[in-house]
Amino acid sequence: MEKWYLMTIVVLIGLTVRWTVSLNSYSGAGKPPMFGDYEAQRHWQEITFNLPVKQWYFNSSDNNLQYWGLDYPPLTAYHSLLCAYVAKFINPDWIALHTSRGFESQAHKLFMRTTVLIADLLIYIPAVVLYCCCLKDISTKKKIANALCILLYPGLILIDYGHFQYNSVSLGFALWGVLGVSCDWDLLGSLAFCLAINYKQMELYHSLPFFCFLLGKCFKKGLKGKGFVLLVKLACTVVASFVLCWLPFFTEREQTLQVLRRLFPVDRGLFEDKVANIWCSFNVFLKIRDILPRHIQLIMSFCFTFLSLLPACIKLILQPSSKGFKFTLVSCALSFFLFSFQVHEKSILLVSLPVCLVLSEIPFMSTWFLLVSTFSLLPLLLKDELLMPSVVTTMAFFIACVTSFSIFEKTSEEELQLKSFSISVRKYLPCFTFLSRMIQYLFLISVITMVLLTLTTVTLDPPQKLPDLFSVLVCFVSCLNFLFFLVYFNIIIMWDSKSGRNQKKIT
Amino acid sequence: MAALTIAAGTGNWFSALALGVTLLKCLLIPTYHSTDFEVHRNWLAITHSLPISQWYYEATSEWTLDYPPFFAWFEYILSHVAKYFDQEMLNVRNLNYSSSRTLLFQRFSVIFMDVLFVYAVHECCKCIDGKKVGKELTEKPKFILSVLLLWNFGLLIVDHIHFQYNGFLFGLMLLSIARLFQKRHMEGAFLFAVLLHFKHIYLYVAPAYGVYLLRSYCFTANKPDGSIRWNSFSFVRVISLGLVVFLVSALSLGPFLALNQLPQVFSRLFPFKRGLCHAYWAPNFWALYNGLDKVLSVIGLKLKFLDPNNIPKASMTSGLVQQFQHTVLPSVTPLATLICTLIAILPSIFCLWFKPQGPRGFLRCLTLCALSSFMFGWHVHEKAILLAILPMSLLSVQKAGDASIFLILTTTGHYSLFPLLFTAPELPIKILLMLLFTIYSISSLKTLFRQSFTVATQAGVQWH
Repeated sequence: MEKWYLMTIVVLIGLTVRWTVSLNSYSGAGKPPMFGDYEAQRHWQEITFNLPVKQWYFNSSDNNLQYWGLDYPPLTAYHSLLCAYVAKFINPDWIALHTSRGFESQAHKLFMRTTVLIADLLIYIPAVVLYCCCLKDISTKKKIANALCILLYPGLILIDYGHFQYNSVSLGFALWGVLGVSCDWDLLGSLAFCLAINYKQMELYHSLPFFCFLLGKCFKKGLKGKGFVLLVKLACTVVASFVLCWLPFFTEREQTLQVLRRLFPVDRGLFEDKVANIWCSFNVFLKIRDILPRHIQLIMSFCFTFLSLLPACIKLILQPSSKGFKFTLVSCALSFFLFSFQVHEKSILLVSLPVCLVLSEIPFMSTWFLLVSTFSLLPLLLKDELLMPSVVTTMAFFIACVTSFSIFEKTSEEELQLKSFSISVRKYLPCFTFLSRMIQYLFLISVITMVLLTLTTVTLDPPQKLPDLFSVLVCFVSCLNFLFFLVYFNIIIMWDSKSGRNQKKIT
Repeated sequence: MAALTIAAGTGNWFSALALGVTLLKCLLIPTYHSTDFEVHRNWLAITHSLPISQWYYEATSEWTLDYPPFFAWFEYILSHVAKYFDQEMLNVRNLNYSSSRTLLFQRFSVIFMDVLFVYAVHECCKCIDGKKVGKELTEKPKFILSVLLLWNFGLLIVDHIHFQYNGFLFGLMLLSIARLFQKRHMEGAFLFAVLLHFKHIYLYVAPAYGVYLLRSYCFTANKPDGSIRWNSFSFVRVISLGLVVFLVSALSLGPFLALNQLPQVFSRLFPFKRGLCHAYWAPNFWALYNGLDKVLSVIGLKLKFLDPNNIPKASMTSGLVQQFQHTVLPSVTPLATLICTLIAILPSIFCLWFKPQGPRGFLRCLTLCALSSFMFGWHVHEKAILLAILPMSLLSVQKAGDASIFLILTTTGHYSLFPLLFTAPELPIKILLMLLFTIYSISSLKTLFRQSFTVATQAGVQWH
């Protein structure tokens, strides 16, 4: 009984933090002519409301694709249409064709922020609450603390309620997908995940683990009997959900192609702006973006991405388990983030969500990762004047994790799930006993670097010759951290043996 | 790593609670602030730029200095920090100046001064006896009291949104109560005297202090049946108490006495010209009285008992601060409100004198004095309900009966603060925080007294 009271309080705290962050500025506030993501979302409401479906993704005199053309799948467009109907009811000036460009007012800001809150409340937050309640082998109090930490994760709050986006919808659907698939409701889970992909194509980062896990389940059930039936059912569900979402765009081949062209802009190059992945960091030393031709860049990123995620995925097919699935989600998304084409810094949220899910299993490393992921967004947040909320929410998140999980006590090898790995290494290198202490020192160095970089970026001006110095440094440091985590998560997956799972965990 | 563990304060829930609420206060910085923001900026300007002799005479702005001298000195000290943020806010002529740096400075000053409140809550928790060992942390009375005080909804929205400095003032009051619980009466008296000279609204509860200290401190022993033992009167104690109060008052009012400005200071402190009710009515007895008067006058007009020409034009409901005459019912004077208040606090004062029950009885009397003054006082602000809610929190974690009264008081009291925040962006904040506090207080107190509830119902069953 009391569990529901405490969970309600946790949700209320999460909502309060979200709304107070939303009182701050948004992306592109008062910055004509292009403004920012906030204006993009408002523009999509304008386009979807005033133009017929056939014209949403095409360049025309009414729909200038250079000015924030739609580049998300149809579900985002439908969501914008829904919001536009509400906007029309309140104040038609907000979505009037052409004349509402760059519209900014207090009332409009309130409306837009409310749409984010409602979407969050309907999709993401119930998924988090249900996920925490379904966790096994931990006490009620830990479940509630887990929910609090996930809901306080700064990255998602700052991007959705500060910068302005609707990531909570796609991440929420993906989380429902994870829930469904972990609890053996495979059809509902895959339906939810299809909805996630059809909301934001970046969710494809998570698609391989879903595919491998479900395939592994089918293999386990036997491809001659139940497994085959499951496979067919899943295929039908996926196809049906895609058809339903894309129905208006399947009427002509040109429509479908145009949408795909908008979703996957392969012409835009290996990366844009500053992002904490390998290519951008490598570009500091060797300008690969300018040296190599476009198709070589595409092939190179493709190869690196798939090579880095293949081991984990193969293991997942052969040994499908809920725990392996979650860790594979992390490593796959991280591989895509580090090596893929046209990655934006906000895509780190796609990695943060699975890491939030394993918070209860490896609290120390998860907290560290989530802090780094928020730090990697620093240049973006500073541009949006969100320094105060980012510092405050990061500290709140840190305190919540430290008190809920006592993370500094959980740094032994066993707790970090590195026991089997270090035993294997000790067969060749008997003196390899310092792993735990090394990781603790790395954590200290990482945190100190992040704090120092934040202080310098805020207080000092960059030198004249290198105006992007601080952003590049932030990206570089974050990238190094992410590489370390890629290695770490892959180690956990590969060395996670059946015998290890049978041992009782001491929490 | 061990150092980090200690630094992180593993298991130190109190620091986590205090830090958590401080971070929430930082998030509330960009919210709406009322005219009280300009009031305090003006006082910073007055105390910084003008000599003392001008402080209580300055009237460039409509928000004249109307708090006692200690608060003026406090603003003076603050102004010396303010000049590093934005020199312009210290100009008396800069009416309604609110640059982003000014906002940041003022908000941070409130958050910083709350340190005193946190310390006071810490001391109060020491006075609560812990229940039997073996209960989990969140069910301990200390934990619940800390949350009820540190995360108090009323204090959060009045101090950190509406903008006032109640945090550290309530800190002083709670600290003086804690000292009285710890039998350090002189310190308690000293702290309360200082508090009175920071904000004179605490006069509401001065009778409780006076009677308690006289009865339980100046009379050092009781007869076996609890009644007063006249020959145990200690002149030393009375004199020392009097000396403390006198010295504090001298420090505060001395300079103005020397400048012959005392009448001016008092007229600023007690502005009886402001009318029976504040602009936004405090939900007290006089609000009902005014409402009744209005209803009767409407009925009277309809039934032609009253002559429309005799009705005064000024209306109580116009939201202005001025004096009114009632139309049907007799008009209320400040003296009348004083008499009503005194009659209301008489029963509890009697109990405190004739049947003292130690510090707990004093706390009950204090809460009743605050409530009575709220109900019958002259020109009461709705924020004054916090004077009753915060001390009551201390009582609520110790007895089930007090807990149920506290829940009614705090829920209605906090709800009555809603009109303070009337802007649209703040609407979700006040609803969410109110729900947060109400759900927490009800569920935690219910859990705390669950055992005594079940025992009581079992006993009830046995009786029948």
